[in-house]
Amino acid sequence: MSEVIAEGGHGAVPTGPEVPAGPGRVRSGWPLYEVFVRGKRGLNHVHVGSLHAPDDEMAVHAARDLYTRRNEGVSIWVVRSADITASSPDEKDELFAPSGDKVYRHPTFYDIPENVPHI
Amino acid sequence: MHEETVYDALTAAPGDEARWAFGAGFDDPLAGVDTTVPDGVDPTALGAYCLMLGDDALVLSQRLTEWVTRAPELEEEVAFANVALDLLGQARLLLARAGSVGVLGRSRELATASIPDEDALAFFRDADEFRCGALVAAPGGDFARTLVRLLVASAWRLALFTRLRDSRDPVLAAIAAKGVAELAYHRDHAARWVVRLGDGTAESHRRAQEAVDAVWPLTADLFSPTDVEAGLAAVGVAVDPALLREEVESVLAEVLTRATLTVPDRPAPAAPEGRLGRHGPELAELLTGLQGLAREHPAATW
Repeated sequence: MSEVIAEGGHGAVPTGPEVPAGPGRVRSGWPLYEVFVRGKRGLNHVHVGSLHAPDDEMAVHAARDLYTRRNEGVSIWVVRSADITASSPDEKDELFAPSGDKVYRHPTFYDIPENVPHI
Repeated sequence: MHEETVYDALTAAPGDEARWAFGAGFDDPLAGVDTTVPDGVDPTALGAYCLMLGDDALVLSQRLTEWVTRAPELEEEVAFANVALDLLGQARLLLARAGSVGVLGRSRELATASIPDEDALAFFRDADEFRCGALVAAPGGDFARTLVRLLVASAWRLALFTRLRDSRDPVLAAIAAKGVAELAYHRDHAARWVVRLGDGTAESHRRAQEAVDAVWPLTADLFSPTDVEAGLAAVGVAVDPALLREEVESVLAEVLTRATLTVPDRPAPAAPEGRLGRHGPELAELLTGLQGLAREHPAATW
């Protein structure tokens, strides 16, 4: 048991002066992945969180261990966070405000038949 | 106001299949199961066999739990915990089966009457009543050694459970059927890591090879059947471990070759000492941790 040396880094174990603790520190340099899970009855994958993994295959299996413990899903997608291009919060006004006052873009002027659930 | 979380979309199931996962609160793991012993099967032998398989799972689960709060990465910690929980579930079912056929040893006298059989067996047996093999009782060592040991143990157990699904005892067959999926994942998780450690940096390769060299002698008794196992295999209830050697060795050779590790020579087959209750001091040490709290407060509840 004394061979196992705990080095901390995720706050669970006290660390020495040369190993700074904190949520931002990744000791092993594993890349960050975003995880998307689809439920049994779902149509689309939903973002459920992120994890660190050494490579893509280990990321899928780590996601199975971390994010499907309670029978949440049947399909897992993992994407490297670095590959995701996201909109910046500073551009929120330019990107999204103009669509707020254009009522003619909404399909509300005709009746949708009841047998068409997803449109 | 109910705040919608991402999990609402995932877990909303019109049928009730998902509901059992949200705290079923079951107390008796064999509730509703027909526990009669099949014809021509000695209940004492059947109970001893269930203890062998159950103790393997219980002790290995405890060894893996030693990594909780100490794993190198958070993801690995949850993985170890998941494997340990799967094995604990298997141990619970097997120990309950042993209790249901009356094989309880001294544990039932030491435990309070309100404790179920599987808890009495887990917490109130001494080391000489445990029937686990040498492989699972050995100390964990570093990350590489833990994974190599998990690889060997889960490859062996998967080969056994795959055949145990055809057991004449319906309870054992059901336990094996449920365990096969879990064990397949354990074996693949360990194999993925052993391949990455072996075929990794010079340091990881060195540690992985040391781990293989250290774990290999512990496999000497894996394929030596006891009289109990031989007798039960003859009536179609148990699986003779000697039949597992070929499959297990070929799986291990494949994984180690892909990991660029050297497969050590097969150790000389040893007598199954652990199955007969003869263990080294490391098992007693492990049981101090496992049983200490329960023995000090026998009637405690959560």
